[in-house]
Amino acid sequence: MIKRYFVLFILLLLGMMLLQVVQSYHEHTRLGSLATRYVGEGPKELGAANIVTAVVVTYRGLDTLGEVTVLFISAAGVGLLLRRRKEEAPGEPSDLRTPASELVRTAMDLLFPMVLLLGIYIFINGHLTPGGGFQGGAVMASGVMLLFLALPQAPVSHTLLSLTESLSGFGYVLIGVLGVLLAGGFLDNRIMGLGRYGTLFSAGAIPLIYILIGLKVGTELSSVLERFRR
Amino acid sequence: MYLPVSAIVLTSGLALVLIGLWVMLIRKNLIRMILGFSLIDTGTHMVIVSLGYVTGGTAPILDQAVGTVDAVSKVVDPVPSALVLTAIVIGLGVTAVMLSYAVRLYDQKKSLSIDDCAESKW
Repeated sequence: MIKRYFVLFILLLLGMMLLQVVQSYHEHTRLGSLATRYVGEGPKELGAANIVTAVVVTYRGLDTLGEVTVLFISAAGVGLLLRRRKEEAPGEPSDLRTPASELVRTAMDLLFPMVLLLGIYIFINGHLTPGGGFQGGAVMASGVMLLFLALPQAPVSHTLLSLTESLSGFGYVLIGVLGVLLAGGFLDNRIMGLGRYGTLFSAGAIPLIYILIGLKVGTELSSVLERFRR
Repeated sequence: MYLPVSAIVLTSGLALVLIGLWVMLIRKNLIRMILGFSLIDTGTHMVIVSLGYVTGGTAPILDQAVGTVDAVSKVVDPVPSALVLTAIVIGLGVTAVMLSYAVRLYDQKKSLSIDDCAESKW
């Protein structure tokens, strides 16, 4: 009980500190210098209509490569922690579960391809509309989640998942290196023509990079979900 | 009293951080502690996004409504949005690893209470 009051006291002090942050907060009325540079020059320089995508994929492309690496390492960590013993047959414990209802299974048949398609649509249009590789990959993984809810025993090809993941990761780094050789630096998107501004085939290598990131994130999250299925 | 919308997001984000800390410090159940971490994570995202808001600004995605010429005066700061995009993915990875640790602990001790892990306390 004394611990509870102590924690409450600490949080109260922290809350008072944060209250001063809120009180001294003033909403910005115009963009800072960095943002002005990105918004003003970004569309001309990189050809991407979505400035957030331009920042994520090109201006801060190295951060995104690090982010993809962190996601890869955490997927590998989950795989290491939840690896199956040889003796325990996969699927034996889940036989005790009640099977998914007719409703879920029928909905899965109808929705699974559509969810995958929506994920692909989101990452292909990442340079034009809200969305991108990470969002599209997460939508694809939610389709896989629906598959596991409807059919807990659904067979998943590990070879296909890890092959897609490794190849798209390799392709991402390869495009980055091509940027050094053909354009201004690592992960520069101007290795191919910028195309007509605002169309699907524009913004240089950004759609290509986002397709690879989308595939990588989608397969990584699917394999994480597969590990949690026991 | 007039409250700007970003101040509301900032305040609720900081409140979520405090609630998450409370949950992490008070609850004994591992799953609830991980939920507390997720609350802190979400609260931080809200704080970062609110700091990038510009009065009356719209999303930094250029189309017919927001042309390339006057974009600078019409959109919010794209950098915090990009940072939050990164932070969400990292948070997801960390949560996945924490949940798999919880699964392993449950396999060994058949309990999710942090009190049953007392031998690894010191």
